[in-house]
Amino acid sequence: MLALYIRDVKLGIRAGGGALVGVLFFLAVIAVAPFAIGPDANLLARIGPAMLWIGALLASLLGLDRLFQVDREDGSLDLLILGSSRHMLPLTVFVKCLAHWTASVLPLVVAAPVLGLLMNMSPLATFATALTLLAGTPAIVFIGAAGAAVAVSLPRGGLLVSVLVLPLVIPVLIFGVSASYAASTQPDPFLPPFLMLCALMLFFAVIGPLAAAVALKGASD
Amino acid sequence: MRLTADNLGGERGGEPVFDGVSFALAAGDSLVITGQNGSGKSTLLRVVAGLLPVAAGTVRLNDGGEDFPDVASACHYLGHQNAMKPALTVAENLDFRRDFLGHPLMTTEAALDAVGLDSVGALPFGYLSTGQRRRIALAGLLVSFRPVWLLDEPSAGLDLASERRLTALMQGHLAEGGMLIAATHLPLGLDDAKALVMPGGGSG
Repeated sequence: MLALYIRDVKLGIRAGGGALVGVLFFLAVIAVAPFAIGPDANLLARIGPAMLWIGALLASLLGLDRLFQVDREDGSLDLLILGSSRHMLPLTVFVKCLAHWTASVLPLVVAAPVLGLLMNMSPLATFATALTLLAGTPAIVFIGAAGAAVAVSLPRGGLLVSVLVLPLVIPVLIFGVSASYAASTQPDPFLPPFLMLCALMLFFAVIGPLAAAVALKGASD
Repeated sequence: MRLTADNLGGERGGEPVFDGVSFALAAGDSLVITGQNGSGKSTLLRVVAGLLPVAAGTVRLNDGGEDFPDVASACHYLGHQNAMKPALTVAENLDFRRDFLGHPLMTTEAALDAVGLDSVGALPFGYLSTGQRRRIALAGLLVSFRPVWLLDEPSAGLDLASERRLTALMQGHLAEGGMLIAATHLPLGLDDAKALVMPGGGSG
């Protein structure tokens, strides 16, 4: 299992892995937002956490459709499915999700505080947003894996994966953004939405790989 | 150890491709599947491996012991694709295979030596030629032990010397009590192999 994790992280960060594409997309979205919204610093600070969350959400959906498709194209998916008698297939999917998160989504979380500067966010709000992203983005990847597995045999399944997954990640977005806001606006409590976010992440960590494994088994041809 | 298929049927996308295929392999036996294009050779291999659902009949592995309780756990499957990552080096690909599949058999160097490509370990897999890729995929069969080899056109793209090496590898595997099912159009040099001719064909 560790071997699979290391292999997928290596593939993600090597040439053609596309780990940087997400960060660049995130940067592009956040960099153009102030130009579109205008030079109202207070407004920017107020919508900052939401903008960061939307940017990170879309950026992490970006590479998800390739999660199993690449393996299917070069035949490695057969290897993973055949290996499922030694490693449970949901566990294999879970490890692949973790590796994808490490290589492609963790950079977004790291970049978020820097991009927070562009949105004129206070250090506290920036830090809180990065923390909620850290807790929330794995949920996007886990549930995205289920979508990616359903669309694995479709050559241009990218948009389909996003559409399939988007309704399911809306709760993640809601609790993530409300926790980020609560950190900087005083009367709102930070902990309840944040804990809900963590719970969602843990929930999807179980449901996503299970659903993806079932879909992969059914899609093999 | 015994691999038996009884009245096995397979389908692709709801269309039956073959049915009523039966064979039994004991340790050291090999089966060579021939047939026209579209007669279901590859489908049969994938059904045996468990990558496609069984449409009719059964396929079983008896006396596999604790290590190999079912057919899928006892199989190496070499399909048309080589199941190697172009961005990783050859050695990294083989090391991953061994670690992921378990039951380590040969070191990466020894496996590369066995296919006559001992100098390419540090090259990315994507830099190799078609025939070299196929040979690395064959080396992948050697790094981890599986009693049953399912080979789909194993000699595709190989030169004469490599074909001979492949024959030697397969004979070595059989001599150690392994089993082998190969779908092919070309003679593989397995003298004692059982033959199975797939009836029918897509284009007649």
